[in-house]
Amino acid sequence: MRIVILGCGRLGAYLARQFARDGHEVVVIDRERDALEALGPDFPGETVVGMGIDAEVLRRAGIERADVFIAVTGYDNTNIMAAEVAREIFGVPQVITRLNDPLRAEIFQELGLRTVSPTTLAAEAIRKCLED
Amino acid sequence: MYLIIVGGGKVGYYLSKSLLAEGHEVLLIEKNPRRAAFLIDELGADHVWVGDGCDSSTFAQVGMNRADAVIAVTGDDEDNLVVCLLAKRKFGVPRTIARINNPRNAEIFARLGIDVTVSTTEIIQAQIERALPLRSLVHLLALRRGGIQLVECKVAPDAPAEGRPLRELGIPADALVVMVVRGDQTFIPSGETILRAEDEILAVTTPQSEPVLRRLLLGT
Repeated sequence: MRIVILGCGRLGAYLARQFARDGHEVVVIDRERDALEALGPDFPGETVVGMGIDAEVLRRAGIERADVFIAVTGYDNTNIMAAEVAREIFGVPQVITRLNDPLRAEIFQELGLRTVSPTTLAAEAIRKCLED
Repeated sequence: MYLIIVGGGKVGYYLSKSLLAEGHEVLLIEKNPRRAAFLIDELGADHVWVGDGCDSSTFAQVGMNRADAVIAVTGDDEDNLVVCLLAKRKFGVPRTIARINNPRNAEIFARLGIDVTVSTTEIIQAQIERALPLRSLVHLLALRRGGIQLVECKVAPDAPAEGRPLRELGIPADALVVMVVRGDQTFIPSGETILRAEDEILAVTTPQSEPVLRRLLLGT
């Protein structure tokens, strides 16, 4: 699968390396060149420097051929906008968005985006620890 | 009309002030408490809400569902988009207007259902183009969906359009000359109207037909 990841922070870089190891074709976008260097010299995928809400940058990352788009920058609204562009403009079949704000995650999930909220997931995991 | 404005920077502040003066019911949402304190002093506590305009709980509290329009004018395109998407899709606000900084976002916002975008960059560019004797088609306004643009230009002296009736020009079906300003005269043209050099034209066009329009009116 061709997977485009927006945001090369801890989560983005981790996912990129895992998907690449599993044999997927991976492209990582970040506005900071330094952030992309965190992938290491042996990273087999492609990298693109630029703003992920810019359709031109997404095109350079080959989004038109992507099977999956994952938005994991630290900014919820950037992720929402990039995801909407990927879904509505480029018709990427699978679009997944990380949103830190659980409420926004819930609403945009209702509105048809696939959202993941680390806040909710961590809270659930912590509560589960206490139940055990 | 009940108008909700998100983003209390310079644009939001002056916009609220003038809309209030026109007698509208205006609520300005600003998340920075210090900035909000200034806005409350200037506009009155009834017209300012301190909170995050991208937060749907704010929206519920300010009665977003009865707003006639939501105008998002923060400095970040993505924030303005999220405000308008929430207003439109979650609260059914009939009219959403977003300020954009990157002109290329106009088309994206339109395709995502935002009714009107106002590009500060393009407005400044348009003013400069008008002030300079350049041959150009100036973008005035992007209308919703389909990327239809309202454009302005001055007919160039040697352009194909000069001295011929409009209907003979072969203007594409998805473009239309809607107004002509000639000296101190302004009129809506018909197919028989013969354009002259230096006529100022307002036209609506899709992006696809823009190059044709440009060639006919400007000869470039």
